[in-house]
Amino acid sequence: MRVALFLTCVNDTLYPDTGRAVVKLLTRLGVDVDFPMDQTCCGQAHYNTGYRHEAEPLAWHFSDVFRDYEAIVTPSGSCGAMVRELYPRLGERARAEGRGDGLARALAPVVPKTYELTEFLVDVLGVTDVGAYYPHRVTYHPTCHGLRGLGLGDRPRRLLEAVKGLELAELPGAAECCGFGGTFAVKNAAVSAAMGVDKVRDAESTGAEVLCAADNSCLMHIGGTMSRLGSGMRPVHLAEILASTEEEPAL
Amino acid sequence: MSGTFVGMPAFPEAAREAVRNPTLRGNLRHATHTIRAKRARAVGELADWAELREAGRRIKDHTLRHLDRYLEQLEESVTAAGGTVHWAADAAEANRIVTELVRATGESEVVKVKSMATQEIELNEALAAAGIRAYETDLAELIVQLGKDRPSHILVPAIHRNRGEIRDIFAHEMGEWGRPAPEDLTDTPADLAEAARLHLREKFLRAKVGISGANFMVAETGTLVVVESEGNGRMCLTLPETLISVVGIEKTVPTWRDLEVFLQTLPRSSTAERMNPYTSMWTGTTDEDGPRAFHLVLLDNGRTDTLADTVGRQALRCIRCSACLNVCPVYERAGGHAYGSVYPGPIGAILSPQLRGTGSEIDASLPYASSLCGACYEVCPVAIDIPEVLVHLRERVVEGGPAVRRGNKVLLKPAKGHAAERAAMRAARWAFAHPGALRAGQRLASRTRRLHPRTLPGPGRAWSGARDLPAVPPEPFRDWWQRTRGGKDGDR
Repeated sequence: MRVALFLTCVNDTLYPDTGRAVVKLLTRLGVDVDFPMDQTCCGQAHYNTGYRHEAEPLAWHFSDVFRDYEAIVTPSGSCGAMVRELYPRLGERARAEGRGDGLARALAPVVPKTYELTEFLVDVLGVTDVGAYYPHRVTYHPTCHGLRGLGLGDRPRRLLEAVKGLELAELPGAAECCGFGGTFAVKNAAVSAAMGVDKVRDAESTGAEVLCAADNSCLMHIGGTMSRLGSGMRPVHLAEILASTEEEPAL
Repeated sequence: MSGTFVGMPAFPEAAREAVRNPTLRGNLRHATHTIRAKRARAVGELADWAELREAGRRIKDHTLRHLDRYLEQLEESVTAAGGTVHWAADAAEANRIVTELVRATGESEVVKVKSMATQEIELNEALAAAGIRAYETDLAELIVQLGKDRPSHILVPAIHRNRGEIRDIFAHEMGEWGRPAPEDLTDTPADLAEAARLHLREKFLRAKVGISGANFMVAETGTLVVVESEGNGRMCLTLPETLISVVGIEKTVPTWRDLEVFLQTLPRSSTAERMNPYTSMWTGTTDEDGPRAFHLVLLDNGRTDTLADTVGRQALRCIRCSACLNVCPVYERAGGHAYGSVYPGPIGAILSPQLRGTGSEIDASLPYASSLCGACYEVCPVAIDIPEVLVHLRERVVEGGPAVRRGNKVLLKPAKGHAAERAAMRAARWAFAHPGALRAGQRLASRTRRLHPRTLPGPGRAWSGARDLPAVPPEPFRDWWQRTRGGKDGDR
């Protein structure tokens, strides 16, 4: 199976460890992973801030880069939701504006074969126990776009529950937004920060050492808040936990 | 404070103030979390909730698609039942009609049923300017009116007040408006309710004119419906000699039977009740029972313009349950006043900039008053995809484009203040369309990583004021990949 890793621009630039973890994990599960070097950004920040026309060339670019793969896997619920939920809308809107169905046709093949990492593991590979070892108390934050955009459901939890040594602590108010929201974090900084602080306090109340999520953008906001508050907790991407083994444990 | 919304600061500034107010934060958090949990239980009791939600969406969409036909039918039915229908294109016209109708009765005071439409047109202020005093009779609206305050929630206008604050308002202000509060008023709910009951009963028994809105208007019979919890609305609807109802045109439903869906979804979504305690229905006039004169003022005020927008029109499905407010993390922290509109929260953020246009600073900021978390869409009983409309309106703010204002097609210019952002978005798009440029930028960032501060000056301060920036890694992923081709040639 020829699978493309769509790492996302944020992970590529700021969180390469997450990318390495996905490669290590998928390779361990027998998947042949490629990283198309021409990939850049899905355009979510543009689209969600109101620059739909700036997002369109990036959607075209995405379809060019990933068209020929059997599956496209991304360790980001929000970028996954951009491709799966919002790309079809981009195509429809272009058509409604009388610009033909070129974009819709270009996106049609890539949209259904784009998977968020946990979907790919559970639905395509059919595994929940990925042979991971992670001896820490962990609480899981289901990010909004993963939870409500993609409908990841209990897939991430099932994966975490199967990790050896991991103790899963229930996060109060788990379904509530952490306050990141892309440019929302800058445009409405006060509300965003207040939401972040509440999320960190809820996470701290679990007594966990680690807050885990499947989206580094949310973790950047939550982790930045933890750092500022001097919290003892760490943000860790789910992929890094699943990639961790007894032979090669993650920190 | 009860003036108009003109001159309201944009949402981020208003919200910043609210976030710093610990009493407000505490009141809002307590109230929204309580109702949120109750709503989830009430909705969870119905096995066919998803079907009801879909039925509500379809009834509303069908009605909106044929609204012209149903409004004509409604006018015929109301007229046949002895009522009089007035058409108001905007707030000023509606206020003029109501003021003239009240003047014609010779009265100088009216009692009011809680109504969002009359709040929207600022009817109380218009009546006051004409020398007519309007008494709010809904308990929460009474608290807001006595406190010279503004509603902060669609369903619970005084959600931002706690019992102690309400006691103080009653003790200090009731005497100004009528029967004073008892000397020994405490802040227990029973005491506060009794003080309000005695104060309001005087008004009900004396008033000759009542003013209401309506939750629904049934086209086939000309029946108007108000659902409420206190029964104060019912007193206003039945005791006065003249009843004037001001209702947005989108409140129409075709048939009596359509109510079956909404009378289940509305109370469960709003107050988390299986059925609302009082359902009042009135059809024109009836001899020797209820008001002898009935006037229906059908309010447009931007609704037809909203209907012309293929993405934004779904906001007109709204049945004002306020479930989206109660579940919204932004509303919970910012409170209703920050939205500068009688419709706060997620629905207000999409409704107000459509009804009023995106011309003012506050209206241009409202589509951004959301983290797009999607909780509002999930709870909406008529399935309004609020995040979709928010993004659509953001596009209108930053890029301009076609819209309909007062029935005319217009080409909107982008709102002011987005030039730098637009340039940055275009630059980012350019870099992302050129992988080489992205890579050069990443390498530069990695090479200079030790020089990067954890906090930022300028516009970046908005981020680093409350959060530390992540450290830039020594090597972006793509360089590692190229160097090792996925770790195959030995890692690091």
